[in-house]
Amino acid sequence: MVTSATIVEAPLAKARRIAGAVVDPEIPVLTIADLGVLRDVRIAGETVEVDITPTYSGCPAMNMIAVEIELALAGAGFVKTRVNSVLSPTWTTDWMSDEGRRKLSEYGIAPPQKGAGRRALFGVDEVACPRCGSANTTEIAAFGPTSCKSLWRCNRCQEPFDYFKCH
Amino acid sequence: MASGSIYVTETPLVSYVLRRADDALVLGHRLSEWCGRAPTMEEELALANMGLDLIGQARSLYSHAAAVEAAGHDEDAYAYRRDERGYRNLLLVEQPNGDFACTILRQFLYAAFAEPYWRAMTASCDSTLAAIAAKAEKEMAYHVRHSAEWAIRLGNGTAESRARMEAALERLWTFTGELFEADGIDEAVIVHGIGIAPHTLHHGWRETVARVFAQATLILPKDGYMRKGGRRGQHSEHLGHMLAEMQYLQRALPDATW
Repeated sequence: MVTSATIVEAPLAKARRIAGAVVDPEIPVLTIADLGVLRDVRIAGETVEVDITPTYSGCPAMNMIAVEIELALAGAGFVKTRVNSVLSPTWTTDWMSDEGRRKLSEYGIAPPQKGAGRRALFGVDEVACPRCGSANTTEIAAFGPTSCKSLWRCNRCQEPFDYFKCH
Repeated sequence: MASGSIYVTETPLVSYVLRRADDALVLGHRLSEWCGRAPTMEEELALANMGLDLIGQARSLYSHAAAVEAAGHDEDAYAYRRDERGYRNLLLVEQPNGDFACTILRQFLYAAFAEPYWRAMTASCDSTLAAIAAKAEKEMAYHVRHSAEWAIRLGNGTAESRARMEAALERLWTFTGELFEADGIDEAVIVHGIGIAPHTLHHGWRETVARVFAQATLILPKDGYMRKGGRRGQHSEHLGHMLAEMQYLQRALPDATW
């Protein structure tokens, strides 16, 4: 027999699911759970506490993400939300989930290479084209339309594309 | 009066953090002055991105200073409600953009210092500073690479680009000594393992600069007279003008939000 307890989602699990489903305003195929930006969700009394971690120091999307979290939780019936920014441990592109990398690639953005330790930042020897898969690509500009991306071009299919930089 | 300047209780740690925050904000603001004026679209994006990194670093550092000072100030109060004499940044970063060569050289000279500085600061006993450092060192690594590539391209480029790089070097070198200075305030923080002694970075910085200059066929200047004073609030004539523009709105319409 299925009891109501097994059907009704526990408030904490629900808050976690809803907060985690908020998407990056610049890359709407990625949720903050995919990005590794969502760090923790707790419920203390009536307040949902959400910890997020900034990606790049100056990423303007962080303020937007905090507002989106509050709106999403309010829409699900959580009255009070507090979003905290947690700096440590420091976010790195290695925290991006495999699911996130797959979605990014399908969206047309080459995902960051793994092992994004500082020395790996400049060890990028090949970035595969997210459209045709060719490794014959060239960097056009080290700084792209957002803090997290650089601009590349595929030498086989000739298409330009964004690469999510290691951080 | 809300539009007036704030009084900052400058304990050694507050000063130490504000000095680094001011470096980042002032240089970030200088880069933002390029918006709409860069020589190519790619450079427009690069300069804006680097400015954004620095302003982001400044925001984290100001928030930390606010928590340490615990006087009810926030990042905006430090940025908009301190006068020129209250700013603690290096003279190098407040120097006007000049031409593209000058901006690139200023960026390279600062970033070649800031990258190893923040890398060393990841071991700071202050866990917030260590966390800020862990981001900043990666960001500054991108700035070093980008500005070094341009320094080489311009120095080793046409007669015109080379002349402009040489003029920029003539103008900026005298501000590089201040990067490696530490006074009693800094030392009070360094001794606790919270900050790091900047002179320990001098050798590595000079090697980086020498390596890039060799490729750029630029001559590494001898260390002559070095201008200082920014850490004590004694600035060149340029900072006041920059702040007048940067702070205008908050001074005219205190606490304005949008």
